[in-house]
Amino acid sequence: MTRTLYDKLVDNHKVCDLPDGDMLIYVDFHIMNEYTSPQAFSGLASKGLKVWRPEAHLSVVDHVNATRSVEAPDAQSKLLIDNLEKNCTKHQIAFYGLGDPRQGIEHVIVPEQGLVVPGMLIACGDSHTTTYGAFGALGFGIGTSEVEHVLATQTLRYKRMKTMRVTIEGTTAPGVTAKDIIMKVVQVVGAGGANGFAVEFAGSAIVGLDMAGRMTVCNMAVELGARAALIAADEITEAALKGYPHSGQFAFRGESWVSDPRAIFDEEFTISGADIEPLITWGTSPDQSVPITSNVPSALDYVSPKAKAALERALQYMGLSEGQSAQSIKIDTAFIGSCTNSRIEDLREAAKILEGRQVAEGVEAIVVPGSAMTRLKAESEGLRAIFETAGFQWRPEAGCSMCLAMNDDIAMDGERVASSTNRNFEGRQGRGARTHLMSPAMVAAAAVCGHLADIRDFK
Amino acid sequence: MKDKGMMKTIKGIAAPLPLANIDTDVIMPKRFLITITREGLADGTFADLRFDAAGQKRPGFILNKTPWTQATILVVGDNFGCGSSREHAVWGMRQLPIDACIGTGFAGIFYDNARKNGLALPIVSPEVRDSLLQFSNNPSGAEISINLERRMITAGEISAPFEMDDATRTALIRGRDDTLDSLDYTSVIRHFEAGLNERMRVSVIK
Repeated sequence: MTRTLYDKLVDNHKVCDLPDGDMLIYVDFHIMNEYTSPQAFSGLASKGLKVWRPEAHLSVVDHVNATRSVEAPDAQSKLLIDNLEKNCTKHQIAFYGLGDPRQGIEHVIVPEQGLVVPGMLIACGDSHTTTYGAFGALGFGIGTSEVEHVLATQTLRYKRMKTMRVTIEGTTAPGVTAKDIIMKVVQVVGAGGANGFAVEFAGSAIVGLDMAGRMTVCNMAVELGARAALIAADEITEAALKGYPHSGQFAFRGESWVSDPRAIFDEEFTISGADIEPLITWGTSPDQSVPITSNVPSALDYVSPKAKAALERALQYMGLSEGQSAQSIKIDTAFIGSCTNSRIEDLREAAKILEGRQVAEGVEAIVVPGSAMTRLKAESEGLRAIFETAGFQWRPEAGCSMCLAMNDDIAMDGERVASSTNRNFEGRQGRGARTHLMSPAMVAAAAVCGHLADIRDFK
Repeated sequence: MKDKGMMKTIKGIAAPLPLANIDTDVIMPKRFLITITREGLADGTFADLRFDAAGQKRPGFILNKTPWTQATILVVGDNFGCGSSREHAVWGMRQLPIDACIGTGFAGIFYDNARKNGLALPIVSPEVRDSLLQFSNNPSGAEISINLERRMITAGEISAPFEMDDATRTALIRGRDDTLDSLDYTSVIRHFEAGLNERMRVSVIK
């Protein structure tokens, strides 16, 4: 029997079948944040339950905290932060709070601590938990009731998903990043195109990515509906496991964490790497993107009345005209951060664009490194100086920040943001705020030009 | 048995919400998420669609219009519930109260969250969904009926089957508590754990 990597991971974690068709799967490692866990802990309390295995959980503050200082932005946010700490103390769970040198965005700090290895199963009350697929680990997001379930049983009720393979063949052109690859996949497969699927990314353009790039790809796989994303573990993965606090502590051997050569997938997509250009989103769904050299669509590009109506609504919200050129879109704000693109590699790419250049007048530019460790590394490499000299605000505290604007980094009504984040939904970065998704280097380029711009024009 | 009571048929006025890709940021904007309880989320549900910046009801929005102010079922566009894992979206919908959403497909985490909270998500073909959109758009206030046991939807002349996996259907009908149910398997979980070697047992440095 040949099996996909996904099936191997599920088989290895299956505790038992349940009579109604679900199974129980074992969760090796579970991560919590301050906003999707409070009601799980109160659920435990009201049912009189204990945490099954406290040492298998990590809690971190990242969603609501301020990035300007360690002070909570307001009393209600402080309540969430304090509540998480209190719950972790009570249940003997590791807690990386504000001011802790290990604090940062959950999906940035887990690899930095050496807490993900191939073959592991990781759950977290956050949809971007798909990130860990970059390591050949099975990671997926869960709701708060499921957080309670993991805390109480170390398992989840689970239904095996269908499998999809997305192959990116050949090589990508200079200036095309991992962000552009995954934005292209979202554009081709569609925002709900992988609902019910676990997606494996393959092909030379994927294998050629470093771990930061692979994490960006798997992170945003949830934007096509994938509940899990995977990339086969290889020597690049192995090399990335060394040098962290938990390195060498965990190993899930007994399998090679790759799909068997003749494994069958329920669906296959193939995209030519050479066809991918730097992309920007123009609409309010992550699949509404065009190359930076192209134009915003017009009604003529669509046949169905439904599609025409969706275009009209998106353009109205975004304040754009049909057929407008992508590079004519002027921005108010540039934001580099989030679990998709705030790692040291992302900051280096953006700094290359910014070195010796200035942020355009009238543009507010903000960079929030993904973790305290990332910030220190960037500072030691001289990146902070490059960002600040160019006119970026270098925020000292790590967090999700303006990706979902749960803290005080909120875009105003009508404000237009070039953003290295993952979702351009209506109201995501603030009520009435307009988000354009792109790679961090493209955000830097937009900050310098004052409008969306092509990094390939920067020599 | 930890049954809370049996729910076999859901009946009510349905409101059409045909937009595709309604995400959980739209269902529950983030300013309502700064909370440690499940309660008090009804006002936050679809807040930016229901209310303008001044907090006034938007008269054009379907749930603000008669008879849909009484709607307990939604007929929705493709890929409803995409985006963030926030269960607050489902809690808020239940508090409105919405009992069911009929669509062609739902985002995975939203689907699982719905099951945990008694929100039924029958999946139908695009053709059936479109005819139900049309049916619910009629202001007569006619009800839609969703029979969970027979997996059938009836609305006037329309009678159509829907998809729902067995485990979800059972959970909805029995209204059970998954956490307590799974603890019936304590010894099986212990047995599985006994088979893990030390390097497979995660222990996080405090």
